[in-house]
Amino acid sequence: MITSGEAVSLSIALTGSGGAGVMTAGQLLLEAATRCGLYGLMTRSTGPQIRGGEAAAMVRLSPKVVQSPGDRFDVLLALDFDNVQRFAAELPLDSSGLIIADPAAGDIPAFLRASGARVAQVPMAKLAKSVSGGRSAMIALGVLARLIGLPEQAVSDAVAASIGRRKPEALAASEEALQLGSAHAPDVTIPRLATPASKPQGRWSISGNEATGYGAIRGGVKFVGGYPITPATEILEWMAGALPQCGGALVQAEDELASINMVMGASFGGAPALTATAGPGLSLMIESLGLAVASETPIVVVDVMRSGPSTGIATKSEQSDLNIAVYGLHGDAPHVVTAPLSISDCLLTAQWSVHLAESLQTPVIVLSDQSIGQARAVIDRPKEISFGTRRLTPTEPIDNYARYAATESGVSPMSIPGQRCGQYTADGLTHNARGVPSSQAQDHVEQLHKRQHKLDAFDFSTHWAEIDGQGELALLTWGSSSEPLREAIEIARSQGINVKLIALRLISPPQPALLARALEGVRRVLVIEQSHGAQFWRYLRAYYDLPAEVVSIACPGPLPIRPGEVLAHIQKGASA
Amino acid sequence: MNRMADMRREFKPADYKSSVKPVWCPGCGDHSVLLMFQRALAELALPPEQVAIVSGIGCSSRIPAYTNCYGFHGVHGRSLPLATGLKVARPDLTVIVASGDGDGFSIGGNHFLHACRRNIDVTYIVMDNRIYGMTKGQPSPTTEPDWETDIAPEGTGVTPFHPLVIALASGANFIARGFSGDLAGCTRLIVEAVRWPGFSFVQILSPCVTFRADQQKAWREQVRKAVVPETDDPARAARRLMTDDGFNTGILYRGKREAYRQQPFGDCDPSFLEAEFEV
Repeated sequence: MITSGEAVSLSIALTGSGGAGVMTAGQLLLEAATRCGLYGLMTRSTGPQIRGGEAAAMVRLSPKVVQSPGDRFDVLLALDFDNVQRFAAELPLDSSGLIIADPAAGDIPAFLRASGARVAQVPMAKLAKSVSGGRSAMIALGVLARLIGLPEQAVSDAVAASIGRRKPEALAASEEALQLGSAHAPDVTIPRLATPASKPQGRWSISGNEATGYGAIRGGVKFVGGYPITPATEILEWMAGALPQCGGALVQAEDELASINMVMGASFGGAPALTATAGPGLSLMIESLGLAVASETPIVVVDVMRSGPSTGIATKSEQSDLNIAVYGLHGDAPHVVTAPLSISDCLLTAQWSVHLAESLQTPVIVLSDQSIGQARAVIDRPKEISFGTRRLTPTEPIDNYARYAATESGVSPMSIPGQRCGQYTADGLTHNARGVPSSQAQDHVEQLHKRQHKLDAFDFSTHWAEIDGQGELALLTWGSSSEPLREAIEIARSQGINVKLIALRLISPPQPALLARALEGVRRVLVIEQSHGAQFWRYLRAYYDLPAEVVSIACPGPLPIRPGEVLAHIQKGASA
Repeated sequence: MNRMADMRREFKPADYKSSVKPVWCPGCGDHSVLLMFQRALAELALPPEQVAIVSGIGCSSRIPAYTNCYGFHGVHGRSLPLATGLKVARPDLTVIVASGDGDGFSIGGNHFLHACRRNIDVTYIVMDNRIYGMTKGQPSPTTEPDWETDIAPEGTGVTPFHPLVIALASGANFIARGFSGDLAGCTRLIVEAVRWPGFSFVQILSPCVTFRADQQKAWREQVRKAVVPETDDPARAARRLMTDDGFNTGILYRGKREAYRQQPFGDCDPSFLEAEFEV
């Protein structure tokens, strides 16, 4: 007997060679569990190969919303062991775990045996062969559904919805494989999840990249120019389908230099515009981002961060583009940098970022990352928010127009081509209030000041950070690292340790007054981030007054920050 | 705005001129090109606010601020993608892109290929003086291989780029060459280029009086009206361009390809998209 009572969550990893179907099986498992009223998360880990490499689908199920991986896996189901050692560090298993293996796959690799996890053998490949058109991954799904205790109907429905009724043969083969898997599930127990009482209402299954795309469209984005890059491509692909239905368009550019300039062109023409990329693409866009600052052209650039520098690990996550996003531009180039705090928060952050770009007439860089972008979560339908986004344009008839006139807010009316007497030239050259190129000190300083002032004068307080709880100990983080911290804090609280969470959604411009207020009563701060260079901590040190006791916990990617490690830091921090 | 009143508006070349004084050297061919822009736009009777002039970096790219149209003076080499985004978002505008041989063919070379290929409905005017003027006299992709400069003291030894051949091979829908010294003829080319749908490319030989002092006189003697009439046959155009010495002026190719996406953007409530997320 492994457990008594009900588990908070159940984590299952499916591994196999690329193309073996583990991603599909993981997705279907999540969908079936969702149909039973559970929440869940699926993250994916792959090698660089398109086929034949290694693939792992990591599914975490829970009666509550879960948006980050847990500490360990309850079940590892391996269709084969071909490249599984490459996931050794990503698949924490212990003696209470269960390995489900296929005897045909050969010996269980030493690192898995060393975990002490129980082993159950199921001849999945052989069973699949006994079904015409049967696939091992479907046998595996049948096995897992049985062990978890998901009703067969829920699994069948999920499969039918995925395969579609128009392919009766494929559907029949899958059904048969599922039943065979279910019948051959090993006679072992795994932790049981509380069964939700009611049928789920109004839930969404959404990936971070989809949420970013939809958030951007909600914010009013009409034009996307983009160049394919892992792990951001899904934003472009999703928006390519959605934009034409919303009266907009996506253009696949020839490179990132083109994407960012297309986006600026569209925005100049009056269409809120966005591009999505990853670190290498952002590097290419940096020069033009300076132009967007100087010409005060609103644009949104989403960087779905991956492990860097250079090509790095394209398929795995890291929060290491903070420096380039904040400091990458040459000259004094104030702009906005934001970061979604979770998969579901990609929606709000993208929408808010469009609002900021349009309101402030400046580029906004959104730092999402692979761990949330390519992960899918089942969430409660997000609240609808309207920011009332509207670009400030001159009222007609326009008289004696000065595009870059100094105003109280620093934001000046931006005419849109077609507006009579609103003609001006947007320029990267230093210009005067009318937009006329100038190399005079006074114009230079006036415009530098104007562009800084519009950010300084803006009220970011509504969404700059998520702050939760009270305590002398605070965890200070940003972006996607927030979710594992949130989970660790919840456990700490159940142990009687009070911890405050401060998760920044707005990275730049810094908000020292807001953070000072959030830190009132805090004696010790743990700064937690996923970068080797402690980029966030260094950034905080440059702009913020922090309490005397600050501990920097900087974990490089690509491994996720897990709640257990954070909890250990909390316990240490609270007792010291 | 009163549409009828708008239709009655008449335009003179001066309506497209701004009060900003050009930075160009006296005698630079680009002064003439600016005049051509003004005359062509007046002839096309386009309201200045319906025209956008987009450029990159270099002497020629300074032109937007000298007009009374909307303008975007971007970064080096990226005028075509800037114009592409603008035209996709605003198909109602007339978009003219101004560039030079360095901006357009060197740093912006890749965008040139893809703009031709995409066949977006913009007019691309490259003022070619076979030199980097603004950085004071370095060889460009169209500079002769034996032209001696400080950065290439014995010449580059590299065969010049043939922009018209590249444009044809990449799918441009209108290809012409003009000379800045031929005000009337070259203005006509610009008018025709703007009127023709799809990507229109006009190379304007526009001498640099400072770093290539002999260019103006030599080119005036060398340019000639192309003797063969314009063609819509890419194979004929290719043969002609491949044997061309770089000084035949006129419309050298006029294709029949359909221009890239031209639907105007619209508004809608996007909440219907949520259906795909609902469990």
